Amino acid sequence: MTVRVGPWSVRLAPRALIACLGLVAALCVVSVAALSTGEFTVPVPDIVRAVFGQGTPVAELIVSRLRAPRVVTGLLVGAAFGVSGAIFQSLTRNPLGSPDFIGFTAGASTGGIVAVVAGGTATQIAGGALAGCMVTALLVYALAFRRGVQGYRLVLVGIGVNALLVAVNSYLLTRANINDAATAGAWLTGSLSGRGWDHAVPVALALAVLLPMCAAVARPMRMIEMGDDAARSMGIRVEAVRAVAITAGVLLAGVATAAAGPVVFVALAAPQLARRLTRSPGVTLGASALMGAVLLTAADLAAQRLLAPTQLPVGVLTAAIGGTYLALLLRKERR
Amino acid sequence: MRSAEEAAVGGAERGAVGGGAGGGSRGRAAVLVAGLLVTAGLLVLVAMASVALGARSMSFSTVIDAFLVPNGSSDHTVIRELRVPRTLLGLGVGATLGLAGALMQSLTRNPLADPGLLGVNEGAALGVTLALGLFGLSDPAVYVWFAFGGAALAAMAVHTLASSGRAGSSPVRLALAGVALGMVFTAVSSAILRMDPQTFDRMRFWLTGSLAGQTADTLARLAPFMAVGLVLGLLLARPLNALALGDEAGQALGVAVNRTRILTGVAVTLLCGAATAAAGPLWFVGLIVPHAVRALVGPDQRWVLPYSTLAAPVLLLGADVVGRLIARPGEVQVGIMWAVIGAPVFIMLARRRRVAAL
Repeated sequence: MTVRVGPWSVRLAPRALIACLGLVAALCVVSVAALSTGEFTVPVPDIVRAVFGQGTPVAELIVSRLRAPRVVTGLLVGAAFGVSGAIFQSLTRNPLGSPDFIGFTAGASTGGIVAVVAGGTATQIAGGALAGCMVTALLVYALAFRRGVQGYRLVLVGIGVNALLVAVNSYLLTRANINDAATAGAWLTGSLSGRGWDHAVPVALALAVLLPMCAAVARPMRMIEMGDDAARSMGIRVEAVRAVAITAGVLLAGVATAAAGPVVFVALAAPQLARRLTRSPGVTLGASALMGAVLLTAADLAAQRLLAPTQLPVGVLTAAIGGTYLALLLRKERR
Repeated sequence: MRSAEEAAVGGAERGAVGGGAGGGSRGRAAVLVAGLLVTAGLLVLVAMASVALGARSMSFSTVIDAFLVPNGSSDHTVIRELRVPRTLLGLGVGATLGLAGALMQSLTRNPLADPGLLGVNEGAALGVTLALGLFGLSDPAVYVWFAFGGAALAAMAVHTLASSGRAGSSPVRLALAGVALGMVFTAVSSAILRMDPQTFDRMRFWLTGSLAGQTADTLARLAPFMAVGLVLGLLLARPLNALALGDEAGQALGVAVNRTRILTGVAVTLLCGAATAAAGPLWFVGLIVPHAVRALVGPDQRWVLPYSTLAAPVLLLGADVVGRLIARPGEVQVGIMWAVIGAPVFIMLARRRRVAAL
């Protein structure tokens, strides 16, 4: 189905459109549930009033100050991880390609731990995570570069760097004093608790800048999936597209990790689940973003309510999602 | 008389792997045997260094006296109760991981196969965590079975994941599948440990891979499993040689393909499970040692396997001794040492043009 508006035209797949609308609906349901339930239940009409600034002071405090920032941060972080995962799965042509496995998340963790040990504030920890992620990405890219960056070499070098950084992280943790180690340990599991608007805004800004960038390279990336030579023969500047895509993917993963800590497996599972849902031939960025947002907000809701009043870190839940996803892959392949 | 039979099979294998020089093979064998003896000598030296060196400095005569005329002083206790078990543990764990890596690389015909990288050690670690953290089983001879279960499960899962899809298994797919599975296992392990702060504190170092903190009793309980795995693994050299060119070629040479694969799997499970139960999930020992060995002795598994078994503990113990000395009065866990040594080598291997070459 092609929609034409003046000189522009967009190709739309009905199935993908319906799937995305379904994801948006799911996102609304999960968000409202997260806003209204908890120790203090806020009825849905009160939420609407509070959002428009006309609710009771109590409802407004709980919804706009406490719950909404958390939900919005989760949503944005999930979307960022989803897009980042989609980019790396496309680049590596592998459903297991994910920033979690090729060092970027571990690099962000290293940056975060260093900031914790140095006694940094929350903002500095976030900055450390972002810096760590970017330095790691540069390192992996440089080490994998050999007349261009092949997907497989990126993966293998990334795995090596990942192993190194995981070791560095555990060394830093064993060297840190017990309080720092506890703070860093909590941050390392990935958590959305206590997130305020100052966490959400940087992720929103990053998404606003980087999503159009990703959209611009989405089509050439599909061509590159067919092979570098095939893409080149269609006039695509392979290395340039790849560099843009990697930059966007790394920044998204870094910003997301800075806001919520290294939440693993969202970037792995979201693109593939979205692909199954939309029945598209490859990973798609928009649907992956929506799926990531749904996964992370739902996981965070479950983490808060499953064992209430005990609050689980959301990273435990997303690890469970990752395990389930791998098990599904296994089952599919046995048939 | 076995010699005729041996010559016939050996000739067939040499034909199969394309290695070995017809006439000079006896001279070459002598060189290789001498090399094995040298490696064994190095092993003895490293073991002595491991007993003599550590966070606490001691004179050489004190170390000797600790064995000849133990007087119960704190120095002697440190040597007899801590350093000797630790050294023996390093020997056992190094040998098992070296052999396990060589077997895995041979079986999968994949140069990047490694017990840690492919998630097998993490699977075993999850088994141990379950046994200790959830069921409260503290006898090593009991929880090692959980390690075997986890290792076997991980090996099968990683194989299925990697060989999925039309493209089939490749070094990259196998590595990614292993890392992905390993991360899930580690996440579950640390979630379990986090629920129980006491166990977490006890197993924190074990989870990064460490030779410290195990008693002689633990070692004695695990040693039989390691020994069985080592013997079984070393006996598989001939059939694995014949499989090197492919399953059909192996079958044509009279090897029971499936039986060899299953036995290798059993050996790998025993080796990785016992090693991980003793020292936690260690990476890269099983990757790098067989690589180095193959570069020296060629592709014949009858040499690769014993060399890997003897050389790995030299390097593992060596790294452990260095880790004890560089951060005195604390120490760097051997798992961290090996990641720092191993990762650059791994990256170098990955940068090579033909990763698939074995």
